Amino acid sequence: MTERSINWFRFSSPQTFYPLAGKMVPWFAAAAAILAAIGLYVGFFVAPTDFQQGEAYRIIFVHVPASWMSMFIYLVMAGWAAVGLALNSRLSGMMASALAPTGAMFAFLSLWTGALWGRPTWGAYWVWDARLTSELVLFFLYLGFMALQAAIDDPRRADKAGAVLALVGVVNIPIIYFSVKWWNTLHQGASVSLARAPTMATIMFTGMIVMVLAFWMYSIAVSLARVRAIILERERHAAWAQALAGAAA
Amino acid sequence: MSWGSAAEFFAMGGYAPFVWGSFAVVALCLIVEPLVVRARHRNALRRLKQVQRAAQGMQREAAV
Amino acid sequence: MGAVLGVMRRDLLLAMRRKSGAAAPVLFFVVVASLFPLGLGPEPELLRRIGPGVLWVGALLATMLSLARLFASDYDDGTLEQMALSPEPFVALVAGKLAAHWLVAGLPLVVAAPVLALQYGLPADTIAVLVASLALGTPVLSLVGAIGAALTLGVRGGGLLVALLVLPLYVPALVFGAGAVDANLAGTGAGAHLSLLGACLAIAVFFAPWAITAALRIALE
Repeated sequence: MTERSINWFRFSSPQTFYPLAGKMVPWFAAAAAILAAIGLYVGFFVAPTDFQQGEAYRIIFVHVPASWMSMFIYLVMAGWAAVGLALNSRLSGMMASALAPTGAMFAFLSLWTGALWGRPTWGAYWVWDARLTSELVLFFLYLGFMALQAAIDDPRRADKAGAVLALVGVVNIPIIYFSVKWWNTLHQGASVSLARAPTMATIMFTGMIVMVLAFWMYSIAVSLARVRAIILERERHAAWAQALAGAAA
Repeated sequence: MSWGSAAEFFAMGGYAPFVWGSFAVVALCLIVEPLVVRARHRNALRRLKQVQRAAQGMQREAAV
Repeated sequence: MGAVLGVMRRDLLLAMRRKSGAAAPVLFFVVVASLFPLGLGPEPELLRRIGPGVLWVGALLATMLSLARLFASDYDDGTLEQMALSPEPFVALVAGKLAAHWLVAGLPLVVAAPVLALQYGLPADTIAVLVASLALGTPVLSLVGAIGAALTLGVRGGGLLVALLVLPLYVPALVFGAGAVDANLAGTGAGAHLSLLGACLAIAVFFAPWAITAALRIALE
């Protein structure tokens, strides 16, 4: 009986991963679109008005998913960074680089929507609560990673340096979050916490989770598309890549 | 959740700028980002063609 | 141990020879601390409120400025490569450099702080807490900052890039350090803050040298 097990390592070279990623992108994009449609429908047409916050609370249907994705993507980025350092594989470094801009975007969206949520509910666009402040620091961590990689010309060195930075960052994030919470509880009078989301009705929670999944599918689709572009940029001198360009002529 | 009318829906109980300000920027980013990535991909392909053309040019010269 | 001390002595000697460069961080600290009252007004109550934060941020920025000189000259003339190739463990040699760097760039900040604290009208026991917090905190800032310095060795845009990389990582030290002084001023006791700061120092001492060495090796490849 022949073994029909897939050798996943086959896809760890940029050359074989490129077409695979290309096939995966539309599926994840479609999943994202469908889930977003469902989530938005639930968020706008099923979930009732909140008793305390009125319609303003509906922002959580994008704010919380953006926050969670920004944190989750950083973890995945650091994971790829670790794999890249340990196995010295080019593709892992490319995946980490592909994830960063999307993570940074979600961190920005978390801050933006958080500010717009804070204004009607707590009276100020920016309250120095633990979650928003930590999110700001996370945003800077993303920017630092991207700036470092942009400043280093040699792609292999950029990958490895970025990887070290991402790992240092991921280890620090709990410490930073703890210190910001500590700081926040001590300066209690000045701020209120956005962390205490309204005790949510199940339907609200469901809508939120669906949006989280939608953002997740979106992130996978965009990062896979971006890693394809990165592969073409880095493998410029490889015959297979040039053949691709020739075929696309 | 039944909105009385389309006007009520867009008014979002008075919180329209905040709610729509959030959703609009999110939608904008989620549309622009894939477009930027697609542009980057096309750029990479274009540069690949240039490299390939240059390589072919050199081959032809060498063959002469 | 001998190698560590040897590297320390060498770095200290080099720093002493270029005293002006070595004095820059502390002078920056003094200037920054003097600018805030000029910008905000000399009201004693206000100054006492902002003093801990301003002094801590000043020390933080001064440390960041001093990072540029940590590895740059050794990288440029090839000494760093020799250290990496030597039979002595690279980590040990790097530790020696870090220790020397703190003695030259960090310790003067700790010494200058009490004098600057007088400008802000901080009482004597608060000044003691400030000195303790900086004594614990500046090594953390040096260690964490050195990671950024190592990652950006020879990279263009170095100084500002290091700042962007390292500032998020400085947040815990700043929160606990300035918080300790604030807590003392408010009368709630600085013990908890200083303990947390001490914990940060312990973590930094154990883990930063490895990250720094890894980053240096990447830069030297």
